[in-house]
Amino acid sequence: MKWPLEPVRLMFVLKSVWGFFAVFQGCFVFKPTTKKRRLSEKKAHDFRSTSDDSEDTELRFVTCQSLWNQVKSETQRIQEDLNKQLLENLVSFLSRSHSDFQEKTTEWTCRMKFREIPTAALVLGVNVTDHDLTFRGLSDVLQDNITPYVALLEAKDCPGIKNLMQKLMGQLMNCDIDVDSLEDENCVQVSQNKIRCSMSSLTSWYESVTKKTDSETPSKKRNSSSRHWQSPPVVVIFKDMESFTTKVLQDFIVISSQHIHELPLVLIFGIATSPMIIHRLLPHSVSSLLCIELFQSLSCKEHLSTIIDKLLLTSRFPFKLGEKVLQVLINIFLYHDFSVQNFIKGFQLCIVEHFYSQPLSVLCCQLADIKKRAYSLSHEQCENIRRLPSFRRYVEKQESGKQVALLTNDCFLKEETEKLLEDLHVYHENYVSILRCLHVFTSSLPKYPLGKQIRELHCACLENRVWETKEYESSLQLARMLNKTDLVTMLQQCVEILMSSSGKEFDKAAEKLKEFLTQFQNLEVAEASQERDVSVSSQKELQKKTDLYHLQKTLLELKESRRSKKLTKFEMLRFEVVDYIDSLVRKYLVPADDRTLHEIVYFNTTTVLRGHLNAAPRTALHTALNNPHWYLKNQALKCDGGGISNKAPDICIVYKLHLECGRLINLVDWLEAFSTVVTAAEEPNADAASSDQVDDTIHARFIRAVSELELLGFIKPSKQKTDHVARLTWGGC
Amino acid sequence: MPNLEHPAYPAADLLHLESLVPCRESQVSTLLSIFGERQQFSFPSVFIYGHTSSGKTYVMQTLLTTLQLPHVFVNCVEYFTSRLLLEEILIQLQSCSSGTEQTSPVHCDTLNDFVRLFKQAVANRELQDQTLYIVLDRAEQLREMEANILPAFLRLQELTDRNVTVILLSEVVWELFRPNIGCFEPFTMYFPDFYAAYINILLGVFYMVCRDLKELRHLAALNFAKYCEPVVRGEANERDTRKLWKNIEPHLKKAMQTVYLREISSSQWERLQHDGGEPGQLKGLSAHTHVELPYYSKFLLIAAYLASYNPVRTDKRFFLKHHGKIRKTNFMKKHEKTSNHLLGPKPFPLDRLLAILYSIVDNRVAPTANIFSQITSLVTLQLLSMVGQNDQLDGPRYKCTVSLDFIRAIARTVNFDIIKYLYDFL
Repeated sequence: MKWPLEPVRLMFVLKSVWGFFAVFQGCFVFKPTTKKRRLSEKKAHDFRSTSDDSEDTELRFVTCQSLWNQVKSETQRIQEDLNKQLLENLVSFLSRSHSDFQEKTTEWTCRMKFREIPTAALVLGVNVTDHDLTFRGLSDVLQDNITPYVALLEAKDCPGIKNLMQKLMGQLMNCDIDVDSLEDENCVQVSQNKIRCSMSSLTSWYESVTKKTDSETPSKKRNSSSRHWQSPPVVVIFKDMESFTTKVLQDFIVISSQHIHELPLVLIFGIATSPMIIHRLLPHSVSSLLCIELFQSLSCKEHLSTIIDKLLLTSRFPFKLGEKVLQVLINIFLYHDFSVQNFIKGFQLCIVEHFYSQPLSVLCCQLADIKKRAYSLSHEQCENIRRLPSFRRYVEKQESGKQVALLTNDCFLKEETEKLLEDLHVYHENYVSILRCLHVFTSSLPKYPLGKQIRELHCACLENRVWETKEYESSLQLARMLNKTDLVTMLQQCVEILMSSSGKEFDKAAEKLKEFLTQFQNLEVAEASQERDVSVSSQKELQKKTDLYHLQKTLLELKESRRSKKLTKFEMLRFEVVDYIDSLVRKYLVPADDRTLHEIVYFNTTTVLRGHLNAAPRTALHTALNNPHWYLKNQALKCDGGGISNKAPDICIVYKLHLECGRLINLVDWLEAFSTVVTAAEEPNADAASSDQVDDTIHARFIRAVSELELLGFIKPSKQKTDHVARLTWGGC
Repeated sequence: MPNLEHPAYPAADLLHLESLVPCRESQVSTLLSIFGERQQFSFPSVFIYGHTSSGKTYVMQTLLTTLQLPHVFVNCVEYFTSRLLLEEILIQLQSCSSGTEQTSPVHCDTLNDFVRLFKQAVANRELQDQTLYIVLDRAEQLREMEANILPAFLRLQELTDRNVTVILLSEVVWELFRPNIGCFEPFTMYFPDFYAAYINILLGVFYMVCRDLKELRHLAALNFAKYCEPVVRGEANERDTRKLWKNIEPHLKKAMQTVYLREISSSQWERLQHDGGEPGQLKGLSAHTHVELPYYSKFLLIAAYLASYNPVRTDKRFFLKHHGKIRKTNFMKKHEKTSNHLLGPKPFPLDRLLAILYSIVDNRVAPTANIFSQITSLVTLQLLSMVGQNDQLDGPRYKCTVSLDFIRAIARTVNFDIIKYLYDFL
């Protein structure tokens, strides 16, 4: 198999193919019905298939929007929390870094040391897409607390030192203009081209700016000068250290180290891989000009765990992800991109898709609204409920009188629906608490048979009855071998979880666990005295008998007695505890698929999600060219059994013909085959006259189709043979 | 009796100058004799070279400022284009002649303009009778600029017909400057390395690896407090060199491994010293070699490594199930006997990378856009590098740039025994 195009170019080519196939079904990135457009247009009828609103499209749209807004603000809050520590560390580093610059120390050692440029190496992990958010947060925090002079540089803007200086000066000087309001006359807005792009002009700019703030104390400036120091540092952030060329970085560092005494510069390197890259990019003579400190952000896996914990394992949001969908999202994260942003985007897509495709999603709302919404359902919606597989299973289990009522009486159905949905809500609350309890146990077992992370356990429980799996069996066995201290701490954790959960059924369970705890304590007291007796007596015996034979015998006896000994009290109790946890699991961790009306709140359509998130450009391209009917939906193009229809676009015909060729394609043969296919249906009996002379139009069409294929990268001109082109793809080698 | 003697300058100034430039007296005296008296024409251009931190910049600066000779001092790295450089010289010239007077913006694109404007600027000043010195620091950068810049500076005296001397400072010898077409030969002068014997202990440890005076000064400053500690505590006196040596030696060795290599920053080092903690608590930059990658990125990187270090012909042997028994010795070509790891990574096409990927990953991998974008990500992370991308229709070619240790660490996390698949270790 061959694939001639680098990915970026591939996207470009795909776009042109899409333009070519005007009606495209969408198999790549996000289809154009994502949130943004809909939000900007503020039209609910995107959800609507027909003109009447029997399926509550408007309400669904509003619910979807408000839900997503909640989720969005929640994720933002979580991310801010997660970055807080890192940002605090950075801020304290920055405020420390030029403190001596402020005091204008002249001591020799200090002067020596402050030849170095303070530098923060910020290791952020390979999920480059998430970095933007961190940097934005960082620059906001810096501008609030430390300095108004923050410049963000990206490698793609800085191919040379000149561009870098231009970019830097542009950003710094503009930021100053923003702070001073624009009416300020003496601050002439100089266009970038007119400023001399050199460090010395930057230095003089800095001098003038700080001097101005010094002298100009009245009203306007007071606010900012209280937040910032008199000479605030200038922070330069290199967003993607790896992509910068060594030359640019080296030159910049050498130049700025010359001016470090007049311009208090601080560098921040955004690093995606490892801090070793600094040594790889900078020779010692340059890195010795820096005073580098390392800062590490939270790993993206932990970040994801927190997001899942706060978004999915909570009863705050009525919308839930099904097992398969969650698995797809997690797999994309773990296997492909490590990007939390993309995970959240995927989650957003699930929300939109659920509310778009499931008419009953109108009932996927907060508990308080369920009653109102259930009673205002239309007849069609009631029918929709009746069609739900889980509901049908439910009906079958009811007695016949109720069955009839459910299937014929809309009012009764609505009442029943409300009750069932409330049950579902309670189920979910309980589920989360018990899941956390179980996770306390499974996460400390050796080799983690049910997974180390709570998300793995969550998936396992959603998938099928967890207590029927082998892994669960082995975890229970392992749990039966836990030592006492571990078991006690786990029980304490479980009690805390159950006490803090909102479910009302857990008072009894918590009581029970507390009872276990007191029993363990009692055991401890009893056992301590008992054991002392045993050990003392056996030791006495050992001391008594001194010859080897007797010693061996007593040791064997001791061992024997231990093996055959009845279960101790502790062991009995341990069994009881494990059995109790097991009973809780069986009661509360029923998979969601078994619950009635789960379709309303659980989104489980993986095919749609896969189609959107796991784009397969090769397959799409091949399908488009090989079977144009798939995208064009034109009946005339429908062909069976691999034949070539002459109605297909020229490029498709050419493509199909070229599939039959080897590595080198003879252009003349190709043209003949093409003309045969094209003329075949048009003039079935006129072949005799024009067989050896190809029509000019057809010739032109052929040439155009071939150059289109060349543009797409399927073929290229070959120098090996005249009148031949080389095939580049799919079995061409 | 001062070593420096010159009739043109007052003895007090010379004495002061001598105190400022220890170990460079002979060079300064040579320079003074070249310069001559203030109004005398000097050599048109002087080329001074020497190793890093041999005092070139410092000596020139001190000499010119102490004796109050009119001069312009420009760093060629900082003014990286000829236009910036020329304009900077003119600006400095204007500002030092006109004092507080507001300088008008200068536009100077070519050397011709420069000569004209230079004449004007000199004419404006009252220094027709004094030699003007233009010092170009890091002059090796001049070679990067237009071809006429360097020769023109060398004979600036002649071109402008003014009393001016250009002094070039560089770390590179003159032979590497000389243009093909030849040029005016400057007076060359060498600043030898300092062979200082002060702070013997520090040098004993660091002199083997570092001759950079700035760096040595920096290290001396950093570690001096620790050196003094026993004296401060009263455990030893200043003369007790042996005791002091014992105290400082392990400390300095540690410093060489950490702060000298910038593994930890100097302020962190100071804090450590202050708290009396061990540097072991603080991990250096190199300690954080671990890179977390998505699952398929790991396999892509492994596949890329295999493709870079295995000959193409061996792919069959490694990745086909029924490859037959081919001994390494039999099917090895002569040039392949040298280790591929010594030769460095070789470029490979994208399809080979994918083919290897498909055969080393257990489950089926669909060639989705996610896989392709991961390859691009690896390139931006500099773990792969793209080779020659002139022909867009030819498949792109890559090289794997990671080290064997790195890839082994990655392979271990996915339970892949990479050594078994490497031709060099067969």
